[in-house]
Amino acid sequence: MSFVSVRDLKVAFDGVQVLHGINLDVRRGEAVGLVGESGCGKSVTWLAALGLLPGKAKVSGSVTVDGQELIGASPRRIEAVRGAKIAMIFQDPSSALNPVHRVGRQICENLRLHRGLRGDAARTEAIRLMDIVGIPSANTRFDLYPHEFSGGQCQRVLIAMALAGAPDLLIADEPTTALDATIQAQILDLLSNLRRQTGMAMVFISHDLGAVSTVCDRAAVMYAGRIIEANDIKQLFAAPRHPYTRGLFDAIPDLDAGRARLSLIPGTVPDPKRLPQGCAFAPRCARAGDLCREYQPELKEQTSTGLTACFHPIPIGSANRQEVFA
Amino acid sequence: MSTLLQAKGLIQQYRTAKTFLGKTSTMRAVDGIDLTVREGEILGIVGESGSGKSTLGRLLLGLEPPFAGEILYRGHPMPEPRTPAWRRLRAEMQLIFQDPLSALDRRLTVSAQIGEPLEIHGLAAAGSERDERVAELIAKVGLRQDQAGSYPHELSGGQRQRVVIARALASNPRFLVCDEPVSALDVSIQAQVVNLLRDLQDREGLTMVFISHDLKVVRNICDRVAVMYLGRIVEEASSDAIFSDPRHPYTRALVSSVPKIGAGLHGRIILQGEPPNPAARPSGCAFHPRCRFADADCAATIPELELHDGRLAACRKLRHTLRSAA
Repeated sequence: MSFVSVRDLKVAFDGVQVLHGINLDVRRGEAVGLVGESGCGKSVTWLAALGLLPGKAKVSGSVTVDGQELIGASPRRIEAVRGAKIAMIFQDPSSALNPVHRVGRQICENLRLHRGLRGDAARTEAIRLMDIVGIPSANTRFDLYPHEFSGGQCQRVLIAMALAGAPDLLIADEPTTALDATIQAQILDLLSNLRRQTGMAMVFISHDLGAVSTVCDRAAVMYAGRIIEANDIKQLFAAPRHPYTRGLFDAIPDLDAGRARLSLIPGTVPDPKRLPQGCAFAPRCARAGDLCREYQPELKEQTSTGLTACFHPIPIGSANRQEVFA
Repeated sequence: MSTLLQAKGLIQQYRTAKTFLGKTSTMRAVDGIDLTVREGEILGIVGESGSGKSTLGRLLLGLEPPFAGEILYRGHPMPEPRTPAWRRLRAEMQLIFQDPLSALDRRLTVSAQIGEPLEIHGLAAAGSERDERVAELIAKVGLRQDQAGSYPHELSGGQRQRVVIARALASNPRFLVCDEPVSALDVSIQAQVVNLLRDLQDREGLTMVFISHDLKVVRNICDRVAVMYLGRIVEEASSDAIFSDPRHPYTRALVSSVPKIGAGLHGRIILQGEPPNPAARPSGCAFHPRCRFADADCAATIPELELHDGRLAACRKLRHTLRSAA
């Protein structure tokens, strides 16, 4: 049975629907990637699931964590799940920390809230956590302020705070996007080591397909508020079936390839207020037919493990782009 | 290829803010750089934040005078900032920034923004001549003519960057410095802008310096690459050579830190520590505290950028391995 189960999750802001029914499961201990371009709803999915959206957002559907329904539950019950069972880290680590409190105190606050630790016990545990996430000489840096840490170290502090509640699921929302290349590699390495040691599940939200492929077991691709393809990492990257997924992969320059022109997806992401009828990707899609412009394809099983929402998926085994978009 | 621009012994230093005791110190953003930009090439400059890439870009354009060293543009020294000769040179050199929204004036329409340089440099008389030229530029960067009357907030990120590029091209420049031009854009839009820059370079024979921390994009667009670490160039070679066979230990780690789709975390070089603070530069080779191969010699003397086996790199270890091999 899955640990988190999201069913038909819909979100609207001021009457504009931004999520159109998301179905997603996260099993215990697995790492699921959520990829897509800005505005596709990858962050909103989890903010809605955890009740973190502002009041004006209209959320419907069902999100269960360990069997407990969160949508429509009292704030008290949601709070018991958030932090204790699920923790979240964000893109911009320095703005997620409180600048006027010492770093150690901020970690201790989480330990008190989720594990009831106080005083010396909390301090010892906080230093242990800082050690685990790789902050050198944690003992002396416990009393420093966030501005005295670099971006990569602030992200480590946030990971330590997330670990304080010993969560079963860590939601990492673009955790490496604001960091330099070599630091990015360190944080990805840390996250996958922590997952191996603690057995926690992880949802990794990112637009960086490379990063997702290195740390996740499975991934879902989102476009305009819908999941359009989901599969395990190996198959998804080896044989993307949805034309958007394929286009996204092709648009990323390859470090091993030469200076070939990049292939690209024409046009831009549609405005959520003016979504086209039928498949939202159809106006940009070379494979789209009349059916696509009329009806919304459902997310359906296409291969043994994969799901695709497309009337004309790319056949398996079409290796190059010319074949696909001929 | 002839030399367009040559930098010799370039140093730039800034004063840090006063501490509460009134002490200031100096920090070197660019610390002794020799660099040649050849006519018609795209030279990439890569490095992590704080490595001095952007400062180098501004120095190459003559936007700020260097603390020491000189820049020759077509064999002549750069004129003093704000002199008439310097202003004339502005038309020939342009800068493209990372964030198009803050680079554009929100209260001006697209056509007014693009027409402004024509007015400043007296390149086209107001009226039909200017309108024609603006229409031509709008077409050149792939915007629609009906977008000429739009304001920046009505455009998407990729379209805004096209406006910035059109404005930069208005004065018929020969030399462009692009400072992280695609970092703020989504993958599919990034590919569109990268291809646009390549086409412009092909068609107009522009010379470009392309500053970026995104190695994949640099690999795709650049002919030659210089890798910076803490204000100095540590390796310089053709794009093919840098990415297929990096020599300097820092370059090796940087290239290996790029997540490869489907490769997982195996075989990646994870550097210890973080890029040092330019205000507290380590002695000797600035990279030595993070380097696997460093010894006492590396901490004592600053290695020069010199030829090792036909490749330009600044590392003492490369010399030693070659000697012992010979």
